[in-house]
Amino acid sequence: MNRFIVPIIGFAVLVVFLLIGLNRDPTFVPSPLIGKQMPAFSLPKLDEPDRMVSDDDMRGQFSVLNVWATWCGGCRQEHPVLNRIAEQGNVPIYGLNWKDDAQMAGEWLRRLGDPYTATAFDEEGRVAIDWGVYGAPETFLVAPDGTILYRHISPMTMEVWENEFVARITAAGGEGR
Amino acid sequence: MNNPLLMTILAMWLSLSTAYAIESVEPLADPRQQDLYERLTEEVRCLVCQNQTIGDSNAPLAADLRREVYEMVAAGQSEQDIKTFLTDRYGDFVLYKPRYGGPAALLWVAPILLLILGGFVMWRIIRRRMALPVNLFDESVDDASGPHEGAGD
Repeated sequence: MNRFIVPIIGFAVLVVFLLIGLNRDPTFVPSPLIGKQMPAFSLPKLDEPDRMVSDDDMRGQFSVLNVWATWCGGCRQEHPVLNRIAEQGNVPIYGLNWKDDAQMAGEWLRRLGDPYTATAFDEEGRVAIDWGVYGAPETFLVAPDGTILYRHISPMTMEVWENEFVARITAAGGEGR
Repeated sequence: MNNPLLMTILAMWLSLSTAYAIESVEPLADPRQQDLYERLTEEVRCLVCQNQTIGDSNAPLAADLRREVYEMVAAGQSEQDIKTFLTDRYGDFVLYKPRYGGPAALLWVAPILLLILGGFVMWRIIRRRMALPVNLFDESVDDASGPHEGAGD
C-alpha cells in the first residue's frame, strides 16, 4: 500500500494544477498598468477633428475610458449598456475609437446613441498601444488623480459595471451610482 | 482527399500563402539594426492571436507593434529599452522568453530544482540497491531465504 502513496499524491497535485488551468481564461492578459498613472495622450476628437481630447480631460473625477470600433462585434453588443451608464450620469465615459474609419464611427454614434463625453480618434493605434490594449472592447476605470484602478476585457454588462466599477468607485469614496 | 498529388499541391499552396501574409517593410540601413528588428519580431507575442509572434501574424495589432518596434530600432534604441517599452504596456506575457524575476523566477528555477530532486531520489535508490547482497538477482544462486521463496523454482 505504501508504495502507492507517492504516485497518488503526485497525481493529485497534477489534477489540481490541471483543474486550475482549465478554469482560467487563456485570452485574459493582466494589465501591468493597474495602480499606475494613466498614459498621457492627446488625440483629435472624433466629431471635431480640430479639437483635442487628452488625459487631462479625464482627471478631477472618476472616469472611464472605453476602447471601441465599428469593426468590433462586442462593442455593438455593449453599446446599450454604455448608454444606460451614461444616462445615470455619475461617471463620464470617454471613448477611444481604435483603428477605425471616422465616417463610419460617427454614423455608428448617430444611429446607436452617443454615451461618450468625448471620443478620441486613434486612427494609428498608438495611444491604444500605450494603454496596453490588445482587443476591443476594453474598458478602464480611472481615479480622479489619474490612477488606473481596473481594466475590463470583453463587453460591458450591468453586472460588471456594478460589481467591478461602481464597487471600486464607492470603496475609494466616490459616487458611482 | 487521399490523392497524394492533390495533397502535395495543397500543401505547397498553403505554405505560399503564409509566405505572403506579412507585408514587407524597407530593411533598416544598419544591418545590426535589421538583425535586432528581425529578432525582436520573432520574440514578441501577438496578443490577439497568442500563439504567434508579431512577425508571424497579420493581425492589425501585430502590424502596429511591428511598426513601433521598427521605429524604436531605427531611432537607435537598445533591445532592453524596447523590451521594457513592451512589458510596461503588456506585461511579461508579451515576451516569448520571459525575463527572470517575479513569478517567472519559478519557471527558471524549477528545472534545476527538479534535477536536484531527481538526483537525490536516484542516489537513495542506488544506495539501497548497493546495500543488498550482490548475488540477489543471480538466478544460478538458489537462496531459499531470498525473495524467490515460494516462487516455485
